[in-house]
Amino acid sequence: MATASGPVLFQEERVQSTYDASQWRLMRISFARHKLAVVGAVVVVLGYFIALFAEFVAPYDPGAITFVSPARSNQLIPPKLPRIVHPDGGLRWFFVHPLVEMRDQETLMVTYPEDTSVSYPIRLFVRGAPYKLFGFIRSDIHLWGVADGRAYDDPEKVRLHLFGTDQKSRDVFSRILHGTRISLSIGLLGVAMQFVLAIVFGTISGYFSGPLDNAIQRLIEVLTSVPTLPLWMVLSISIPQSWPVIRVFFAITIILSLLSWPGLARQVRGKVLSLRETEYVVSARLDNAPTSRIMFIHLIPGLMSHLIASLTLAIPGTILGETSLSFLGLGLHEPAISWGVLLQDAQQLRTILFAPWLMIPVIPVILFILAFNFVGDGLRDAADPYKS
Amino acid sequence: MVTYIVRRVLLMIPTIFLISILTFFVIELPPGDFASRYAEALQAQGLDFDDEVLEGFRELYHLNDPTIIRYFKWIGGFLTGDLGYSIEHRRPVAEVLGERMVLTVVLSLVSLLFTWVVSFPIGVYSAVRQYSFGDYFWTVIGFLGLAIPNFLLALVLMFVISKYFGGAIGGLFSREYQDAAWSIGKVLDLFRNIWIPVIVVGTASTAGLIRVLRANLLDELKRPYVELARAKGLTERKLIIKYPLRIAINPFLSSVGWVLPGLISGAVITAIVLDLPTAGPLYLRSIRAEDMSLAGTFMMFLAMLTVVGTLISDILLAIADPRIRYD
Repeated sequence: MATASGPVLFQEERVQSTYDASQWRLMRISFARHKLAVVGAVVVVLGYFIALFAEFVAPYDPGAITFVSPARSNQLIPPKLPRIVHPDGGLRWFFVHPLVEMRDQETLMVTYPEDTSVSYPIRLFVRGAPYKLFGFIRSDIHLWGVADGRAYDDPEKVRLHLFGTDQKSRDVFSRILHGTRISLSIGLLGVAMQFVLAIVFGTISGYFSGPLDNAIQRLIEVLTSVPTLPLWMVLSISIPQSWPVIRVFFAITIILSLLSWPGLARQVRGKVLSLRETEYVVSARLDNAPTSRIMFIHLIPGLMSHLIASLTLAIPGTILGETSLSFLGLGLHEPAISWGVLLQDAQQLRTILFAPWLMIPVIPVILFILAFNFVGDGLRDAADPYKS
Repeated sequence: MVTYIVRRVLLMIPTIFLISILTFFVIELPPGDFASRYAEALQAQGLDFDDEVLEGFRELYHLNDPTIIRYFKWIGGFLTGDLGYSIEHRRPVAEVLGERMVLTVVLSLVSLLFTWVVSFPIGVYSAVRQYSFGDYFWTVIGFLGLAIPNFLLALVLMFVISKYFGGAIGGLFSREYQDAAWSIGKVLDLFRNIWIPVIVVGTASTAGLIRVLRANLLDELKRPYVELARAKGLTERKLIIKYPLRIAINPFLSSVGWVLPGLISGAVITAIVLDLPTAGPLYLRSIRAEDMSLAGTFMMFLAMLTVVGTLISDILLAIADPRIRYD
C-alpha cells in the first residue's frame, strides 16, 4: 500500500525484479525489508553461537569457584570495565588494574579498591582454565583475558569481572554466557515439541471434522482454561530433586511444551480448514489421493510458513517459562546454569541492594525475547509474500 | 441471543468437570503426600517421630483412600460449597483462601481496568498518527513492556524504589493496616499501595493490547467506508469514533477472555516476588507441602475465572458485532 504513492518508474522497476522470483526469494526480500527482524536474527544467531562455544567465549570457568585463598575471597566483586586511560595520562590498549581485597575495619564489609601502580593488558586468545569443547576438544585458549603471566588457578591471578562475581566468587559474565546454552536450547527444543503436537492435533482436528474434531477442541479448551503458570508450577514440583541436571532439563521442556501447543494447534486447524476447500486439495481428493498424501503433500507444506512464524513467536514464552520456574526454585537447580538459575541469587531484596549486578541476567532474557519477537514478526510478514 | 448464552453456559459444565479432573490428578502427581512431606520437614529439624503417628495422621485426613474416592469427595464438597480442609494450616480452605482470593480478584480486575484505560487511548493515537514520534515512542515502550517478564519488572521496580526513593515496597497494605479489620481506611490504603503490583502485572497485557488495537484500527482506516464518511464531511474525530473504532474494538472485548487469565496467572509469580497478601505465595507454599485441597481449590478458582471470563468476552463480542453468528 505504501508504494502506491511512489513514483511510477520505481514501481515498475520493482515489479520487474520480483515478477518471476520464486516464493522463497520473495520471502527473503520481504524479511530483509523488516529492519528490526534482521537485527533480531543477528542477535539470535549470535546467541546460539555463544551457546555453542561458551567455554571459548567466556573468559573464566562458570562453575568452579574462582580460586581463592584466605587473603582473597573474591566474593561479590562489583562489575568493572577495562580502562584505556592510563594514570600517567596517556591512552593505551584496554587494560586493568589489579584489585586489592580489603576489609573495612568498622563495617567489616569487603571492598575492592584498585591498585593503580600496576596495570595488565587485555589480550585476545589467552590461556586460561582448561576445558573440553563439545566434550572432546581439549583446549585452554579463551577468546580474551587479562595477560598477567600467572597460572589460571593462582589466587593472585588478575581477573576482569565485567559483571562482577557472585556470593560464591564466580564470574557472573561467564555464567551468563554459559547460561545461554540451557536458556536458548530449551526454547528451541520446547518449540520443536509444540510443533509436532500442534501439527498432529491441528491437522487431524481440521481435516476430519466431526466427533474427533470436537474431542480435540474440548481438550484444547480445557488446557487453555487452566492458568499456565500455576499448572507449570505443580508439574515441575513433581520432578524428583535427585534427578540429574540433564533429565530435569528434559522434564521441564516437556512440561513447558505440554501446555503451550493448544494455541498453535488452533492456528493450524484454522489454516487447514481454509486449505481443505482450496481447489488443489479438492482436486486431489477427487483424484482419490490417499488421506496421508493429501496431508503430507498438500496440507502441511501449505501451512508451514505460517507455522514457522508462529513457532518463532512461541520461543520467548518457553524461555520465559524456564526462567520463571527456575527463579522460583521449581525448575533447574545448581549446578545447572541458566538465566533463571542465575536470577535465583537476585531474589532477596537485601542481596540486590548490596549487589545489584546479580540482576544483570535480566538483560539477556529481555534481549532474546525481543529478538525472537522481531524475527517472528518479520517471518510472519514474510510468510505471505503475495499479500500486499 | 438468549439461546446462545444458555448453550454456552451449558457447554461450560463439561469443561469445568474436565478441568477439575485434570487439576486433581496433576496435583496428586508429585511423589509422596502431605504426611511424608511433613515427616521430611520434621526430620530436617532433627525431630524424631513414629511411623505409627504418621499412619494415624494419614488415617485422620483420609490420605490412604484411593485417588478416585478422594477425587469424588473433593469435587462433591466443592459442589456443595465445602472447599475442604487445609491440612497445612489446620483450618478450612475457605477461611485460609477467602480474603486472599478476594484480594487476588481485586488486583486482577484493577489491572484489567488499568490495561484498558492505558492501552485504549494509546492504541487509537498510534493508529491515527501512524509513524509520528508518539507512535514510535509507544511502539518501543510497548515492545519493551511485552518483552520484560513481569516478575523481573517487579524485581527491578522493587530495587529502584527502595534504592532511590527509600520506601520499602511489597505488600498491599501499610504496616498499620496489615492485620487490621476491614474499614474504609484499609480500603483507601489498599488503593494507595496497589499501583505498583498493578503496573507490574498489567504492563505486558497493556503492551499487547496497544499492538492489537493499533493494527486493527489501521486495517479499518484503509477501508472505503472511512473514505466515504470523510468525503461526506464528517469531522475526523466523529468519524473515527463512529465507524472504524467500533470494529477495531473487538479484540478489546475478547481480551477479557485472554487478558484476565494472563493477569491472574502472571499475578501469581509477581505476588511471590513482591510478597503480596494474595493467593499466589500461599499457592506456592501449598504445592510444596502437598496440601492438596488448598492448591486444588486455588487452581479450580483460577480456571473457573478463566472460563467465565471467556464467556463474558464472547457475549460482549456478540453484542458489539452483530455480524458474529451465534451458532
